[in-house]
Amino acid sequence: MNHPAILETSQAFGESTSYADPERIVDLCRYLKDTEKFIRLSGITAVDLHPSEPRFEVVYHLHSLERNQRIRLKCRLSGVASPDIPEIDSVTSVWRSANWYEREVFDMFGIGFRNHPNLVRILMPTDWEGYPLRKDYPVHGYKYSYPSE
Amino acid sequence: MKHSFEDHTATIPAVQEIPATPSAPRRMTLNMGPQHPSTHGVLRIVLELEGETIISAAPDIGFLHTGIEKEFEQKTWQQGVTLTDRVDYLANLSNNLVYSLSVEKLLQIEIPARAQWTRVMMAELSRLNSHLVWLGTHALDIGAMTMFFYCFREREDILRIFEMFSGQRMMTSYIRIGGLALEPPRGWQQVVGKFIKAFPSKVDEYEELLNANPIWMQRTQGVGFISLEDMLDLGVTGPMLRGAGLNWDIRKSEPYSSYEKFDFRVPVETGNDVWSRYRVRLQEMRESAKIITQALEGMPDGPWQADAPHVVLPDREKMKTQMEALIYHFKIVTEGFRVPAGEAYQCVEAPRGEIGYYIVSDGTSKPYRVHMRTPSFGNLQGLPKMLENTMIADSIAALGSMDFVLGDTDR
Repeated sequence: MNHPAILETSQAFGESTSYADPERIVDLCRYLKDTEKFIRLSGITAVDLHPSEPRFEVVYHLHSLERNQRIRLKCRLSGVASPDIPEIDSVTSVWRSANWYEREVFDMFGIGFRNHPNLVRILMPTDWEGYPLRKDYPVHGYKYSYPSE
Repeated sequence: MKHSFEDHTATIPAVQEIPATPSAPRRMTLNMGPQHPSTHGVLRIVLELEGETIISAAPDIGFLHTGIEKEFEQKTWQQGVTLTDRVDYLANLSNNLVYSLSVEKLLQIEIPARAQWTRVMMAELSRLNSHLVWLGTHALDIGAMTMFFYCFREREDILRIFEMFSGQRMMTSYIRIGGLALEPPRGWQQVVGKFIKAFPSKVDEYEELLNANPIWMQRTQGVGFISLEDMLDLGVTGPMLRGAGLNWDIRKSEPYSSYEKFDFRVPVETGNDVWSRYRVRLQEMRESAKIITQALEGMPDGPWQADAPHVVLPDREKMKTQMEALIYHFKIVTEGFRVPAGEAYQCVEAPRGEIGYYIVSDGTSKPYRVHMRTPSFGNLQGLPKMLENTMIADSIAALGSMDFVLGDTDR
């Protein structure tokens, strides 16, 4: 697998992890799907590395049935993005399954996906404030904080 | 950021994919759920209808979201096992297994053969349990009431076995990091043996009731079609794919927990409808019974926990005589064991499809991040495509054939 968007690749526990350039993630995914036959997107998630910077890692798990192989792609995103939330291009144009996976990441981490067809909250109520899986979000939420605390 | 309580008790906003008013004058928007008996949980589907034909369907999920992934980060690694039970409560042992496997990958500990075989046996019993609940409720939705009682009769036996092994009927937490929670109880061979000997004849009974049943055939054959390409693209996994002719089972393609030592077949059907999925799951039940029989007959002797004193609680007797055992016990109970920094993804074939746990450790005694790739979440994405341009009455059969669990979807 050689693509200019892949920055570095490492192996651990029999799993391959590649860091990719977030600006060219769609090109890379299209190449991996069409040429390398990773026809399944197993899932998308994110990791919040608060307070270090770059703060977020968006993680893609790809699976090729033909080669019986799985790879992991990661993109580093800065947490101090403007105007409000960090953004990366959506891969829904490559795999339609990315639709809900990206909505979940948006809902839980507050990472925006450009060109996503319907980027609204999926698990939390649509009027919820804050992003629950961020490390600076309190476990009990903001709802149950008492003045004495 | 401030939050008032009133904000969240407001009415549920409409799904934005579908406008509140129908797009064409002859169309009607129908709200199915969130409290509908055939949605098997709390699922809301906004259907746009033209006559009795579904033009589009938009599932609205999240009603059962309990923040399990967030909660993982507050618990020690071993305590996390109890959360995995509550994700997919019909396949709890598959979830226990995949979480334990993923953490063991980071810990790099070797699990003894006896524990591995017991894990396989329990995971397969859990598959039977899940498929029985699916068959009973799915048939009940379509109108075959007897099936429900038959299936729950056998399910009760399985739950008794779970109780015998772990003390719990549903939230078993039996598969733990480093092995099992308890040694398999005395006399388990007789109980499991008796059940598994009778089980194939019970599957015959189900097939006798349904296979030649004209109502069942009419309600399932040719219903709920969705092409294989669409399913792969939309993230659908498990028996749905095998009902469409794809021979892919993680137990075969990426064997874990010594599945490679068992002799079983992956049932595949090509009809790609509700009927084919029913055939696949029923054959899977027979294959699971075969695996359990093999585990019962060939169960190896030996320890049921890994030889890893820093992870596994020591024997009580050792604690009274050995200083190290006492220290390890104190460390594990008070702080929990530490897992080396790193990340791992482990997936298993659950009754509904691919469960994958992606775990990140920062070297402390609590997980830094646990992500669950659950099969129901992926499968449900295929629902709008499956329901498009079908009759509304068929949607019940199509929904049932997906076999989703909303706890698994919303986590």
